[in-house]
Formats: sequence, structure tokens, C-alpha cells
Amino acid sequence: MTHLTRQPLDVNDLLARVQSEERGGTCVFLGTVRSDDGVTAIDYSAYDTMADEEIERILGEARKQWPEARVMLRHRLGEIPAGQASIGIAAAAPHREQAFLACRYVIEEAKKRLPIWKKEIYADGTATWTDDQRHAKPTTR
Amino acid sequence: MSKISVRFFARYAELAGCESSAVTVSTPATVADVIAKVRDVFPGTEAMPPRPLAALNRRQVKLNAPVQDGDEVALLPPLSGG
Repeated sequence: MTHLTRQPLDVNDLLARVQSEERGGTCVFLGTVRSDDGVTAIDYSAYDTMADEEIERILGEARKQWPEARVMLRHRLGEIPAGQASIGIAAAAPHREQAFLACRYVIEEAKKRLPIWKKEIYADGTATWTDDQRHAKPTTR
Repeated sequence: MSKISVRFFARYAELAGCESSAVTVSTPATVADVIAKVRDVFPGTEAMPPRPLAALNRRQVKLNAPVQDGDEVALLPPLSGG
């Protein structure tokens, strides 16, 4: 199955895929598009096949470390308006400790390893790749 | 000689002017050799950093990884998922 979607993320679907009567603790992480510096949306693109395989590897590593936990990840691609989620992770385990740890592990590895890129879109119609420092807009921080 | 598929993503696709192509390198060759050839064939990619991130057959690798005929090398801008 693919972990990538171009549709709005469905948290209830993520929850349904990890929760069970045996798992008493569930942790959800949502990463949402911020409206920093006039950003109205971010256009996400990916090396789809590699991203899917890398997500599968990360989830496999989490399963190995916390065998009783069940974790799922969805990453949305395409143009995502500020305030909407780009990534969702749900982790459920018999106890909250494993759920928090597994969820944290998956988001941190996803941030480091997924071949996914962001193009920020501004209210004035301009757009900038987030890695392109030559055209970086001045920030307030 | 080995024919290597090359894929460009995000800003690098804009620099190259395309999302995929192929280059031929004389063997033995590494990912670094493929990138050097890419810089020759697609002048816009000169603006890529000297040592860009690269994936070989959908796995991130170091630039000294050997390539074989039919392999796919992907050039990856700094990752920014999430």
C-alpha cells in the first residue's frame, strides 16, 4: 500500500489502522503548514517510490523496537493550504510510553530520510523552494 | 559503457530542465562519475552543490558507490519532508 496521498489526511482512518482493544495508549502527531512570512500554502513533491519504500523501512524499524506497538504514517503531497496537515502519524501500544516513543521515532526519521520537497507559495503569488537560500525571504527570527 | 537512468527532483529538475534522462559512462564508474557527466550534459545542474545527495536504485548512497548498466541515479535536493 502507499503511504502517500494527494487527499486531505484522514486522522480517523489512521486511528482505525492502529487501535485495538489490546492497545490502551494512542499517540497522534500532525505536522501542519504554517503561515510564516506570508506563506499561504506549500506545494509538496516527492520521489514517490523511494519515499514509500523509506516509510516502510522506518515503520519496520519502529515495529522492531516496539513490537507491541502499531504505527502508521501518511504524507500528503501537492498544494496544501496553511493550517492543513501535511503529515500524520498514529501510534498505538498497550501502554502510552511505547506509543509516544514509537510516534516520536517515526516523525524524527521521516524528517531526516524522506525524499520529499517543499515549495512555499506566498500571498503575492511568488514561490520559493525551501532549500534555495539564494531566494530565501528574510525571516523575522 | 553503462547506460544510467538519471532522475531530477524539485529544484534540481528546474536546473536540469527535465525530470528524467539517461547518461552513458565508461565502466567501472561511480555515482560521482554519473554526476560529473550530468553536469556536462545539463549545464544548469552546475548550480547544484559540489556533492549533492544521491540515491542509487531508490536508496540513498555515498558518491563513491559503484554503478552498473541499467541502474537509476536520483539527484536529491536537501530533504524537507514532514
